[in-house]
Amino acid sequence: MSVQTFTTASTVEEAIAAVAAGARPVAGGTDLVVGARTGKSTMPESVVAIHRVAELHGVESLADGGLRLGALASHAEIAASGDVRKRFTALSDASAIVGSHATRAQGTVGGNLMNASPAMETGGPLVVLGATATLRSPSGTRSVAVEDLWTGPGKTSAAADELLVGVEIPAPAAGTGSAYLRLEYRRQMEIAVVGASAAVAVADGVVTEARVAMTALSATIRRIPEAEATLIGSDGGSAAIDAAGAAVAAASTPISDVRGSADYRRAMAAVIAGRAIETALSRAREENA
Amino acid sequence: MKVAATLNVNGISYPVDLDPGTNLLTAVRDVVGLTGSKEGCDDSECGACMMLLDGQPVNACSYLALQAEGSAITTVEGLADGDTLAPLQAAFLDLGGVQCGFCTPGMLVSATALLADNPDPTEDEVRIGLSGNLCRCTGYDGIVKAVLSVAGSS
Ligand SMILES: Cc1cc2nc3c(=O)[nH]c(=O)nc-3n(C[C@H](O)[C@H](O)[C@H](O)COP(=O)(O)OP(=O)(O)OC[C@H]3O[C@@H](n4cnc5c(N)ncnc54)[C@H](O)[C@@H]3O)c2cc1C
Ligand code: FES
Ligand code: FES
Repeated sequence: MSVQTFTTASTVEEAIAAVAAGARPVAGGTDLVVGARTGKSTMPESVVAIHRVAELHGVESLADGGLRLGALASHAEIAASGDVRKRFTALSDASAIVGSHATRAQGTVGGNLMNASPAMETGGPLVVLGATATLRSPSGTRSVAVEDLWTGPGKTSAAADELLVGVEIPAPAAGTGSAYLRLEYRRQMEIAVVGASAAVAVADGVVTEARVAMTALSATIRRIPEAEATLIGSDGGSAAIDAAGAAVAAASTPISDVRGSADYRRAMAAVIAGRAIETALSRAREENA
Repeated sequence: MKVAATLNVNGISYPVDLDPGTNLLTAVRDVVGLTGSKEGCDDSECGACMMLLDGQPVNACSYLALQAEGSAITTVEGLADGDTLAPLQAAFLDLGGVQCGFCTPGMLVSATALLADNPDPTEDEVRIGLSGNLCRCTGYDGIVKAVLSVAGSS
């Protein structure tokens, strides 16, 4: 490691000033520091630790029914939240399976999103739950839909001087259920071979809203409108789910790597998407019951 | 350029001078001088370096030591009460949780965090809770039995 300058920010303003001056933020370090140790990347010369900034912490249920996550909310905190489990279930599913106990304790949602891996766990759930990310720089604050945050593997649309301060999820429509699941070769310490997120609303037995996003199937996590269209207006039965799975497979552009060939990923995408949609639907029906 | 900092390990404050990129494991082993925590993989795969930061587990090999300033750091040396082993340590010895011993400091620290979080885990929860710790000797059975034997007793 070749870090030359290390500071610890105690306020958001200090963190932003340091980032604007060229320092790289480090939260839990489970991507930044680990990446450098495995040789995938090198440590930045200048680092600002943001983990002590109180305003960037927290998982907060909002009065309007939405949810606010501080950038530093850890996977462990998110997975332990009863409100996230109940109303933003896909996110709870995702945070609960990140890495190991230690990864979840130190790793943050902000680091997960800004690391911009197409295989990241929390990205898909936040996309289908309609979340927006809040970015701050010395010149102001702006919001961006989480799905517009990534421009490629490891790349975000955030400017070099922008700090992610938090993520907001709007109140889900009545009768919404959501789910995230990944194809994995073992249960823990795993990276998604393929992951699927679904959020659906059901009213009077009819699917009124559907969002489906795929993880590790293209350069960035993205929604599959063709799959969503097959679900909306349907009864959410097996024919509609199969059609959605087929649409997902058709729209995917996977890579071949040591974890799976492109053909295998495409075939499994349909299966995993189908299971995520089915789980989301059954959760939505429980909400209706 | 070295940075002066204070690391609080097992309740004792140690003044240290560190290169800013130093990882917590190196700082604790080589600068503080507590060598119980081990280096296995050096990149967050094996858990041999596991410590607690304010009670939460951390892969110390992959954590910047300067980020730990201001936190209570716990290593395996902090688990016993003087010469009296913690119940978990005694159970590891009694139930075959230790063979070569290389994974043991990290296992004990992870198991301590697991039980603090979930005092009465199922076997499945123990296995999942320890999945960030690799052991190439025991086959895990003795370790899991040892953790279960003290579970629910606190
Ligand atoms: C053993 C292991 C297992 C893992 N398993 C999984 C897994 O199952 N699923 C998964 O998705 N990930 C996994 N990860 C990756 C990682 O743990 C997560 O992505 C985690 O959420 C990263 O958060 P962090 O706070 O540690 O990020 P850091 O490493 O601190 O930061 C990551 C990147 O984001 C930037 N950054 C951090 N915070 C901000 C901010 N507020 N504003 C702007 N930029 C910021 C940093 O500069 C850096 O580029 C694993 C990692 C390890 C080591
Ligand atoms: S040495 Fe740190 S996890 Fe292996
Ligand atoms: S006892 Fe040898 S690695 Fe676990």
